[in-house]
Amino acid sequence: MSAAPPLSVDRLTVTVPGPAGPAEAVRGLSFSVGRGEALGLVGESGAGKSLTALALLGLLPAGVTASGRVLVGGEDVLALPERRRRRFRGGRLAMVFQEPAAALNPVFPIGFQVAEAVRAHRRLSRAAARGEALALLEQVALPDARRRFRDFPHRLSGGQRQRVVLAMALAGRPEVLIADEPTTALDVTVQAQILDLLGALRAEYGLAVVLITHDLAVVAETCDRVAVMYAGRLVEEAPAERLFAAPAHPYTRALLAAVPRLGRPAPRGGLPTIPGAVPEPGAAPSGCPFHPRCAEALARCRRDLPALYPLAAPAGGATAGAAVHLARCFLHGEEPQEAAAGGAEAA
Amino acid sequence: MIGSGTSALGAAAGIAAAAAEPAGTAVEPAALGAVPLLEARGLVKRYRLGGGLLGALGRGGGRRSGTVRALDGVDLDLDRGECLAVVGESGSGKTTLGRCLLRLIEPSAGRVRFAGEDLLALPARELRQRRRRFQMVFQDPDGSLDPRFTVGRALAEPLAVHGLAARAARPARVEELLRLVGLPPSAAPRYPHELSGGQRQRVAIARALATGPDLLIADEPVSALDVSVRGQVLNLLARLQDELRLALLLIAHDLALVEQVAHRVMVMYLGRVVESAPAAELFGRPQHPYTAMLLASVPVPDPAVRRPRGAAAGEPASALEPPPGCPFHPRCPIARPRCSRETPPPAEVRPGHRAACFYPGQAPRAHGE
Repeated sequence: MSAAPPLSVDRLTVTVPGPAGPAEAVRGLSFSVGRGEALGLVGESGAGKSLTALALLGLLPAGVTASGRVLVGGEDVLALPERRRRRFRGGRLAMVFQEPAAALNPVFPIGFQVAEAVRAHRRLSRAAARGEALALLEQVALPDARRRFRDFPHRLSGGQRQRVVLAMALAGRPEVLIADEPTTALDVTVQAQILDLLGALRAEYGLAVVLITHDLAVVAETCDRVAVMYAGRLVEEAPAERLFAAPAHPYTRALLAAVPRLGRPAPRGGLPTIPGAVPEPGAAPSGCPFHPRCAEALARCRRDLPALYPLAAPAGGATAGAAVHLARCFLHGEEPQEAAAGGAEAA
Repeated sequence: MIGSGTSALGAAAGIAAAAAEPAGTAVEPAALGAVPLLEARGLVKRYRLGGGLLGALGRGGGRRSGTVRALDGVDLDLDRGECLAVVGESGSGKTTLGRCLLRLIEPSAGRVRFAGEDLLALPARELRQRRRRFQMVFQDPDGSLDPRFTVGRALAEPLAVHGLAARAARPARVEELLRLVGLPPSAAPRYPHELSGGQRQRVAIARALATGPDLLIADEPVSALDVSVRGQVLNLLARLQDELRLALLLIAHDLALVEQVAHRVMVMYLGRVVESAPAAELFGRPQHPYTAMLLASVPVPDPAVRRPRGAAAGEPASALEPPPGCPFHPRCPIARPRCSRETPPPAEVRPGHRAACFYPGQAPRAHGE
């Protein structure tokens, strides 16, 4: 725990071309993930979470640029030449995306593809790589792994394919796993199984996991820490228990309230909502990006961007040291608070 | 805000006759002898797979051709003022069901009655005329909105097609429809790309309501929207349904969302209805082991609540080769030998609560909150 974390992101900014010139879709994002830790990166469309994933992997499309630092095991992914970056990906740094079919080659058997992933990062004979591949497929609990070894991807269900992709991700013995909406395309009973598997693999390999998702419930189940993004900015970061029990940013609070809970329906037609819509990338308003939708906005929220203010640990909190809770909101700042100007007048 | 617009809408659209019944909030149960607005019996949809690409690519067994039973004998009743949710995973047939009920695709067998009339026997011409009484809202509003048409034109078009408003009266109706779905009149000259996803879905709903339908089928109407916007559209649907006394068939996979609005819920698995019950019953006392597994799989947005590990197992079989007996038995935690031989028929386990299981209510319960 005292060594440098496997993944550390420092003031990452991603700039995308837009109709009105370059726009910053991710703005000054910093976080780190420790060994065996899972960080949930949560946001809605336009939050910048998927661009963050691509930047971490050094996979940004042409025309999109990143600044800042992404340190994986001490090396800056953004500064590496593409050749070395490629060896990084699938090696120390593995990834799982929403659509497993896109990560698999349709014309090769799955066993062969996992074996190739093994050989890409380790000097093994073909036979040894095949044995290793089978062991990996068994570890991700692909049913009938031995029999399915020669099956083509289309013979597998979505959940089985995602298991194969996870086996390929493990082939390079990664330290960091970036999972971008890994269960969003799956049915709920299959999602439950893949989330269980992710948790087991994290524990077994001590993986540092970044789980990128729009689904707060998925985060609650799988993550130790949560970073909430809105319009390209980190707006709140906290240990998961803390974030769900005592969300500090008005956006986090409203978002949590808007998630329907099984067994606790709101009065019919009365599900809490957030007025307005998320801003388009590059069209974030001045000041706090959430102020037009915020019920607690102050006059200065329209002018100034709040800093990420640290919140005091809860009274009696035993783990105060590591449990940093940050919120980008003046309600939690040092300054004396102004009288609420009310966000409603804008609507 | 919406009340005044509503009565005008009803009158203008010519649904006055339908709406003239006592405006009670209670749903007339079909059991009292009244005919439900929508009634389906033994609905079947088969797809034949030839030896072509689809047949060759089918996953599961080694069969190269065959018949897929996307719907395998579905019964359904839906009344005015009632919201029936159809839930299930991919391949359960819920989307096919919605389309078959409206004859957007032709069922292979079975019966559909709408307001007492046999929908499947109607000639195409008459079916087109009836279409204004049942409308559909899809997951992706962009699929139902032409990007070259302004919002105003998109809303005026169905009025013109069905002869529901004279040209001069249309702008006023368009404004009324916009207000009904919570959009300002200034939205009329806008193009779809100028609106947010939530606003586009509101326009799609307004367009569906333009003809004054009695029945609305909404297929995953909020799945494509941001979490913070889903509630707005869902609340709107619930409110419109109450105010216009619509029959609403909500097709959805998100159980927590369904619980917010549904009066009754039908759970489908591999083309069959495995359980149907009033919403509170179904969520509170699921009787079919598949329903119990579904509920236990839903992640809880609270780290303090631990979902039981291993509550869910397996994946649905291929519809090309459904297992013999109960379609769920290969994944069922309480399956017994009988389940792989015989198909359990839907049976009433409590009043209004049906389950197609030989051993209802015996599956382990969901989360212990």
